[in-house]
Amino acid sequence: MTIRDIVDKLDLKVLAGEDALDKEVRTGYCCDLLSWVMAHGPQNGVWITVQTHTNVIAVATLLDIACIIIPESIPVNDKTIEKAEEEGVVLLSSSASAYELAGKLYSLGISSPSED
Amino acid sequence: MASKQGNGGNIRQRYYIEAGNFATAGEAASNIKKLLKQLGVDGATVRRAAIAAYEAEMNLVIHSLGGSLELIVNPELITIIAEDQGPGIEDIEKAMQEGFSTASEHARELGFGAGMGLPNIKRCSDEFDIQSEVGKGTRLEITFIL
Ligand SMILES: Nc1ncnc2c1ncn2[C@@H]1O[C@H](COP(=O)(O)OP(=O)(O)OP(=O)(O)O)[C@@H](O)[C@H]1O
Ligand SMILES: [Mg+2]
Repeated sequence: MTIRDIVDKLDLKVLAGEDALDKEVRTGYCCDLLSWVMAHGPQNGVWITVQTHTNVIAVATLLDIACIIIPESIPVNDKTIEKAEEEGVVLLSSSASAYELAGKLYSLGISSPSED
Repeated sequence: MASKQGNGGNIRQRYYIEAGNFATAGEAASNIKKLLKQLGVDGATVRRAAIAAYEAEMNLVIHSLGGSLELIVNPELITIIAEDQGPGIEDIEKAMQEGFSTASEHARELGFGAGMGLPNIKRCSDEFDIQSEVGKGTRLEITFIL
């Protein structure tokens, strides 16, 4: 499934990375502890987190995470959006909770990295 | 920020890491990743080195008084050395345990402090050495075999 499909199906707002929406993603991960993500994060996958500071973009870049979804319409500052744009990381936002987003992604066939 | 010198096909690059500067944190690791990719290192090794470099860099930002990250690449090995000027680690065995963390409230709010960084580095590397002395500093030597 492409990131664009996910944006359409989950009605997400694109904050950055418009150019990379056609990337394929297969796996997802949901966690707000960064070194936990470093240990288990999904290569070329989707990451749901409530963290919005610039370091999440560094984590995504280092792990080749394709796309970050920020839940519950948490405000994201311009620096983070700029950095995502610079690094080609897709940054998405939703009013839904992390739980709801993960559930929907899972039912769309986005699996856990451990099952991939 | 960084200095580069080649000698006989080897690469040696040093990055200075400022204590407490979360805004630029992760840049040295990103740089190391890009460099290794350019050198044609295989993807899995690049990923492991990037994770280790990031965790070492963040520890310098969060826990140290400032230090440096050095990347040395030769045809057989990638070595990353993280060195700082203190405060040093009291109990290394404890620091190496998953879940042990002395991260500040501020760092925890940003998602650090799971106590997973050093275990991540050890797991990712082929060889890992940690030396520390309270009042002096900490030195990590992280090696990847090519
Ligand atoms: N360079 C350092 N100088 C002083 N103490 C350190 C240094 N690196 C690590 N430590 C100590 O070791 C502990 C464990 O480090 P580790 O990287 O495993 O976890 P953390 O940094 O606390 O959390 P996380 O890495 O999961 O965000 C730290 O909380 C700190 O007490
Ligand atoms: Mg750490």
